[in-house]
Amino acid sequence: MKTSAEKKIIWTKKDLLGLEYLSREEIEFILYTAEGFKEVTTRQIKKVPALRGKTVVNLFYEPSTRTRTSFELAAKRLSADVINIGIESSSVRKGETLIDTGKNIEALKIDIIVVRHSASGAPNILARSVGSSVVNAGDGWHEHPTQALLDMFTLKSKLGRLEGLNVSIIGDIAHSRVARSNIWGLTKLGANVTVCAPPMLIPDGVEKMGVKVTSDIDIALKDADAINVLRMQFERDGALAFPSKLEYFKQYGVTSERLKDCKKNIVVMHPGPINRGIEMSSEVADGANSVILEQVTNGIAVRMAVLYLVSGARRDVS
Amino acid sequence: MKYLIKNGRVIDPANKIDGIMDVLISDGKIAEIGKEVTGKADEIIDATNLIVAPGFVDMHTHLREPGREDEETIQSGTAAAVKGGYTSICCMPNTEPAIDNIEAIKAIKEIIKKDAACNVFIIGAITKARLGKALTDLAAMKKEGVVGISDDGSSVADKKVLEEALKEAKKENVLLIEHCEDATLSAGGVINKGFVSTKMGLRGIPAQSEYEVVRRDIELARKTVAPIHIAHVSCKESVELIRKAKRDGVAISAETAPHYFALTEECSSTYDTNTKMNPPLRTKEDVRAIKDGLKDGTIDAIATDHAPHTDAEKDVEFDFAPFGIIGLETALSLAAMELVDTKILSWSDLIGKMASNPARLLGLDKGNLKKGSPADLVMIDPAKEYVYTKSSIVSRSKNSPFIGWKLKAKVTCVFVGGNKACLS
Ligand SMILES: [Zn+2]
Ligand SMILES: [Zn+2]
Repeated sequence: MKTSAEKKIIWTKKDLLGLEYLSREEIEFILYTAEGFKEVTTRQIKKVPALRGKTVVNLFYEPSTRTRTSFELAAKRLSADVINIGIESSSVRKGETLIDTGKNIEALKIDIIVVRHSASGAPNILARSVGSSVVNAGDGWHEHPTQALLDMFTLKSKLGRLEGLNVSIIGDIAHSRVARSNIWGLTKLGANVTVCAPPMLIPDGVEKMGVKVTSDIDIALKDADAINVLRMQFERDGALAFPSKLEYFKQYGVTSERLKDCKKNIVVMHPGPINRGIEMSSEVADGANSVILEQVTNGIAVRMAVLYLVSGARRDVS
Repeated sequence: MKYLIKNGRVIDPANKIDGIMDVLISDGKIAEIGKEVTGKADEIIDATNLIVAPGFVDMHTHLREPGREDEETIQSGTAAAVKGGYTSICCMPNTEPAIDNIEAIKAIKEIIKKDAACNVFIIGAITKARLGKALTDLAAMKKEGVVGISDDGSSVADKKVLEEALKEAKKENVLLIEHCEDATLSAGGVINKGFVSTKMGLRGIPAQSEYEVVRRDIELARKTVAPIHIAHVSCKESVELIRKAKRDGVAISAETAPHYFALTEECSSTYDTNTKMNPPLRTKEDVRAIKDGLKDGTIDAIATDHAPHTDAEKDVEFDFAPFGIIGLETALSLAAMELVDTKILSWSDLIGKMASNPARLLGLDKGNLKKGSPADLVMIDPAKEYVYTKSSIVSRSKNSPFIGWKLKAKVTCVFVGGNKACLS
């Protein structure tokens, strides 16, 4: 039986700005396309000519070695040329505007701009100012669509489906772009999503995104098929988001103790980098339920799929 | 020059006039209003199917001169005003430097005399440099002609300072206009706090930051028995508080701006920085409350809060863009479509909110068609549909979320002091 994912769809989106803006079919098609690229990444020669002659710019207004490297590898494995541009956030207001930078990059005949920015919506603004494709590599608290796609890809390859799964997202929901993208993606694909955070870190109206909300981690863990544990940042604009790291670990830290009462095969995810001993114990991070390193591996295949689709190159993989 | 405007629907709420009549303008003044006015005129203007009303009075305009002439000048701002049907506007004192002393007022009056296309009245600052600390010399500013005081852009955060200012304002018979915002609650926010800010990952400005200050101000107005005017009411709770205060006999008045009844927070979903203003666009429920408040008289006036910003300032990340939109050229159409077409207000009510009420609140002999007064009037084609384009904008800044909108009801002709200023 063919699922809707295997039905080829015509990819029409120039940009990937967020999962809020994609349909279920489009998300499924990205995941399906990523499966093909996953196979490529296991070969001896991990390279396909899909984007040969195309150029990808990684435009990073926030440093992120992890995401930038993943995008860079993805582009290279598609045979694209890659340029990395890092702009210090502090110089953003003084220097060239985002739109001017975008137009200059476009003038260099760049096909895809992968952008990471501390301001929510920066990729949206960039995308409507340039003809190049824009891929959001994380913007403020808004979205980090490729992270959510790789989370979903990993989950699906582990559990065989997303429909009907109980997925809990645990941590600083208010300030997390990973949480938002996961919520949009998972709910569109039929998963039951619970978000769990200290009351101060639950954003207004998040339940309208179709999720259950709790501040009790035991409720979030009970019946969960998978959990996505977010990186906890304590300093936020000089104010503490939570009184102490130790107290956070006590109340919200994912430990083997807590996992004992959970489903035996619960999948434990983390977008990285992990704060060991804060949101998760080392034992869990390195334990049998953890798929954290698989997420990293899958990130390349998913980003290859995204770059491939937005570039408009619709030749068959293989 | 004598003009005879024939067969228009003359609406003058201050004099309880609403009917098909003629208006004779002679030597810059309203000479006669009535049915079948005869007499010689240099020009006869056919106003069949048009509304003839007192020119609008905007009690909340940012003209940016001095200091930010790249955004707007008194010349460009008043030209935009005239195009929108305004014959009198009040300029807010948050210029650079602020209008907080008589020298600054004198300097602006010089520019007005030279450049203004309509009447410009000056709002002075409540406190020196709008810092919320030391009161300005209101008696002296009043002598120079200020018609109101405001620290618009911020609230007067210190209760004691505001209390003193209210007493002073009452003594000098000058309207105190409060921008209500608790900066500790709104800090860092860029749109309304709620589902949309959550979805967009933007820091929110809670409605509470407005209505808590409205609540405080009502108590101070009650205590000092002094009038207070609340600028740009944007949320339901403020409307409710003001409604109740009015019932209690507090001398409170209020304005809202067209964007608070024409748009909701959802309009920001595309990160269009021309939907970023302070207070922010709120929810559908708030819009309903604003409309109810206009209907039952809780909200006395529609003001534009015309806040020009250049493309360069606005074409940036949402977080970095300045607050505010221009409004002089779209206010009438938006109000006509959202309030009159929907039967929330009659045309006469609307003219009241845009002309006679603001004039009355500020103690100006404007916003009416009294015989013998300067002929400040506007002619409106209520059925005229048009597309609002960027190239049509007269204001020096083009920061409007309504560009591309199909609008209805258009100003066809404006008289400022009997001078026909515009005819399209
Ligand atoms: Zn204001
Ligand atoms: Zn203002």
